[in-house]
Amino acid sequence: MKGIITVVGKDRVGIIAKVCTLLSEKNINILDISQTIVQGYFNMMMIVDLSNTTDDFGKIEDKLVELGKSIGVVIKLQREEIFNSMHRI
Amino acid sequence: MITRLEVQETNRMIEKAKLDVRTITLGISLLDCADNNIDALNKKIYDKITKTAEHLVKVGEDIEKEFGIPIVNKRISVTPISIVAASTKADSYVSIAHTLDKAAKAVGVNFIGGFSALVHKGCNSSDNVLIQSIPQALAETERVCSSVNLGSTKSGINMDAVKQMGQVIKDTAINTKEKDSIGCAKLVVFCNSPEDNPFMAGAFHGVGEKDAVINVGVSGPGVVKKALEEVKGKDFETLCETVKRTAFKITRVGQLVAREASERLNIPFGIIDLSLAPTPAIGDSIAEILEEMGLESVGAPGTTAALALLNDNVKKGGVMASSYVGGLSGAFIPVSEDQGMIKAVERGAINLEKLEAMTCVCSVGLDMIAIPGDTTAETISGIIADEMAIGMVNGKTTAVRIIPVIGKNVGDTVEFGGLLGYAPIMSVNSFSCKDFIRRGGRIPAPIHSFKN
Repeated sequence: MKGIITVVGKDRVGIIAKVCTLLSEKNINILDISQTIVQGYFNMMMIVDLSNTTDDFGKIEDKLVELGKSIGVVIKLQREEIFNSMHRI
Repeated sequence: MITRLEVQETNRMIEKAKLDVRTITLGISLLDCADNNIDALNKKIYDKITKTAEHLVKVGEDIEKEFGIPIVNKRISVTPISIVAASTKADSYVSIAHTLDKAAKAVGVNFIGGFSALVHKGCNSSDNVLIQSIPQALAETERVCSSVNLGSTKSGINMDAVKQMGQVIKDTAINTKEKDSIGCAKLVVFCNSPEDNPFMAGAFHGVGEKDAVINVGVSGPGVVKKALEEVKGKDFETLCETVKRTAFKITRVGQLVAREASERLNIPFGIIDLSLAPTPAIGDSIAEILEEMGLESVGAPGTTAALALLNDNVKKGGVMASSYVGGLSGAFIPVSEDQGMIKAVERGAINLEKLEAMTCVCSVGLDMIAIPGDTTAETISGIIADEMAIGMVNGKTTAVRIIPVIGKNVGDTVEFGGLLGYAPIMSVNSFSCKDFIRRGGRIPAPIHSFKN
């Protein structure tokens, strides 16, 4: 199962590092990362593979949201299908 | 591969433009519950609903979390109770309404529809018992919704039932007068009612349906409004294309949610209802879409045309996005549930007659309109008859959900709370239709040729 992680918020040191550490702890593989910083605002999207993680999808999402709060950014994890169905015929 | 911009677009629709899936409605057939003992029937109904819908709310919440799309309501529709209960020969079906209410609370859904009767050609004795039970049933229950189909293009309009429903609406208003006659917000009358509508108050599970089925209602007036902001001043082709493209995207999300829910609950997928359903929240309004098209206020000349093109293009976009489309599918124009519509009433830009004209091209009808509590039953029947005639002649679904608020008059406001919103009381034409309504009988089906 693939998921899309989005991180939006004020830029600071270590955002990617913290997100990636959490993902690696959960055995989630990163397939693609793209990011921009516009006027100090950090905007990242990751495509991740969740097929090898043993954790429940909802729990991982909760963890990410929690992490986001602790570093002052908004993190979302959503299954990829919602974007595919909306933007691909 | 999905791009960042596409991800952003979707999430902006959800976060800023209030895109959501309005309802997952589980239709449940109660035909196999029939029993000649009403207590046994009640038990069977309760057991069947609670067993079939056991996981509905949980599955809805899981999907919501995994895809990051709000699913506002989880609901249930059942076979019209007048059919299910016919063999009991009971003289009241209020106990069944209580059973439905109890079952809805047990599984955690916010509304259950199907306290209904289909009487477009005539009422049998069970239909009469059901209709007579409505005022008490809606006063004593919280989550039960009731609907009555009074006419159809094929069979005409049952004017005896139209007359009766005027009184039933009035009685329901009186029975719930302490709560601003809210019982009437859970009661709708139809012409050409669809059997697979997931939206309340008119949802019921038709007799032509499977044992259980998942129907999904999408929404997103805010998304359409935002999209139209981008094409300000452009011609109608661009306008229509934009509505179509947006409706397509919204519906694809609905389709995904419906498929997922159907798989997880192991219940077949029925239809997607393409309706644009507003809520009282700011920026989730049909009226604002019409105003974005270039009207100073909804109700201005041009409103009906604007609504017609909105409704048609929502369907065109939606139909391509889903394999099965059904239900009501179009733009809803409720008054109390739409901030823009409320404002239009308050500024005197729209009246009951203009709303009636708009129902000729929109998906449902006169919806959530508060009128003075002293409106007579005959006048309510007259309003219903007009709306039924529009549906019958044009071969479309029309409905009336009107609330005569006891003790209130034009100039007052009524507060229903939650998704039902609030509404200023609208004035009703004061000339009488008493002698017309009292005639009784049935208006024959219209001719289907010589369309003019």
